[in-house]
Amino acid sequence: MIISVASGKGGTGKTTVATNLAISYEGDVQLLDCDVEEPNAHLFIRPDITEVKTITTPVPEVDMGKCTLCGKCAEICLFKAIVVIGKTVLPFPEMCHSCGGCMAVCPEKAITETRRELGVIERGVRNGLEFVHGKLRVGEAMSPPLIRKVREYSRPDALTIIDAPPGTSCPVIASMKGADFVLLVTEPTPFGLNDLKLAVGAVKILGIPCGLVINRADIGDDRVREYAKEEGLNILMEIGFDRRIAEAYSKGDMLVKVMPEWKSRFLSLLRQIKELTPRKNSENPDEKYK
Amino acid sequence: MKNINNIKELVVISGKGGTGKTSLLAAFASLAANKVLCDADVDAADLHLIMDPQIRERHEFESGHKAIIHQDKCTQCGLCRELCRWEAITENFVVDPIECEGCGVCHYFCPEKAIDFPLNTCGEWFISDTRFGPMAHARLGIAEENSGKLVTLIRQEGKKLAEQKNLDLLLTDGPPGIGCPVIASLGGATAVFIVAEPTISGRHDMKRVAELAAFFKIPTMVCINKFDLNPKEGQLIEEFARKKNITVMGRIPFDHVFTRAMVQGKTIFEFDGHSDGSLAVEKIWNDLALHLEL
Repeated sequence: MIISVASGKGGTGKTTVATNLAISYEGDVQLLDCDVEEPNAHLFIRPDITEVKTITTPVPEVDMGKCTLCGKCAEICLFKAIVVIGKTVLPFPEMCHSCGGCMAVCPEKAITETRRELGVIERGVRNGLEFVHGKLRVGEAMSPPLIRKVREYSRPDALTIIDAPPGTSCPVIASMKGADFVLLVTEPTPFGLNDLKLAVGAVKILGIPCGLVINRADIGDDRVREYAKEEGLNILMEIGFDRRIAEAYSKGDMLVKVMPEWKSRFLSLLRQIKELTPRKNSENPDEKYK
Repeated sequence: MKNINNIKELVVISGKGGTGKTSLLAAFASLAANKVLCDADVDAADLHLIMDPQIRERHEFESGHKAIIHQDKCTQCGLCRELCRWEAITENFVVDPIECEGCGVCHYFCPEKAIDFPLNTCGEWFISDTRFGPMAHARLGIAEENSGKLVTLIRQEGKKLAEQKNLDLLLTDGPPGIGCPVIASLGGATAVFIVAEPTISGRHDMKRVAELAAFFKIPTMVCINKFDLNPKEGQLIEEFARKKNITVMGRIPFDHVFTRAMVQGKTIFEFDGHSDGSLAVEKIWNDLALHLEL
């Protein structure tokens, strides 16, 4: 089962919920941090990293000995990542989306592929919890291909918790698509509500069941709760504003370690998610979340 | 008219989301004279919730293409599925618009010319009036791509507005992260202002976004919001900044005035100009104005 923890607005507590949920569950569980631009979950889980892998994407390289300057590669490329200038063909690897069009179209087979680094994937463990995250190379623009690589670590027999990036565009979609449930973490403020509506829109496009966690539940106003009621969204957990929680977070301490009474609340959250997730034929979730 | 080259642009970013970028930018809007506001966080735009813009112009944002297969022309030869690197074409030869990258390879090669490749409308952008001056802003369609291009466009429109109205400054609210939209929000900026929070995550994320700003060689400043939440982490961020020639602009205390003002759709100065948070922000703005030679 895959639970993707997302939010729309940044800084609402996605990482807090994802890490505490993962730590609280005592079965086979993995945490995939897909916020590859700014991954933070490792600061709380502190895994022993056992595997580091550089992730690359194919980009064109032109053999000018074979090239006849026909210009077909530049014509097919919609990303302006390869151009003919004078008597040479110049690839711009940073602009390339790795579609392979230039290579396929070249009549002289003058184009081969070299690699551009997207970032790294690190994998490790902490007390039986499998941890994987991607770290986008600083200067790299495209995060979705790296996110998809992180998601390849998902094991069908485990409980997989995904820490998604903020927003509602392609990196978020890449972190939610194919999940069994999306847990949306929000805060009861106008910014929180505005971005929650966008996130709910994205979840609906993907057709995934979802529920809410309201963090800092006693700040702001009631409009998030009113919206949840109108939309028929279940509020599965509320976390009140507590300076002790904020300070523990600031130090990288897990909520369930500092305030152990939270563990049963996260386990109850997990049970509620299970109840709201339609059962798939290939698995029996009841066996897994007792 | 103002020469576009004399217009300064301050881009507010954070790396980590939710550190207070938008609230702070709104507060700056209360204090700055002769400016245009620009919301470049196009996929979760929030600045309008405080600025209450009166929309004067509304434009569709068209960018990128999506493939559509015409079943009546398709002979199911399979070439498109073979070439598509996004696995966006199903066994029944239907394109999944979410997976489609818009590369056009299938459209180019289809021997039956059965694949259309129309331009995609993926958002809207606006020119508006606010009580603090003109504003350029946008709304990216949910689950859409090309946010980087929309960010670039909205900043250009902001600059044009400043030029037309003879204004000196563009105040740009940037997106979180370090990827495509953030890169698009940095190119050509006069200065970058990072809003950091004194947490272990805040420090980690601030370093990455500062590295990105250095990569583009843009003068960078930092302030720590909610400083008293963890002064030790705050000091570590300041030490890092000094080492990297990032100007440390000050500390803002943890103050509920930001949330209270936001709930009422106000800037912190409209809500309570004498709160600790407001006083700290005012001082930062005054130093910032000197720094930018406004």
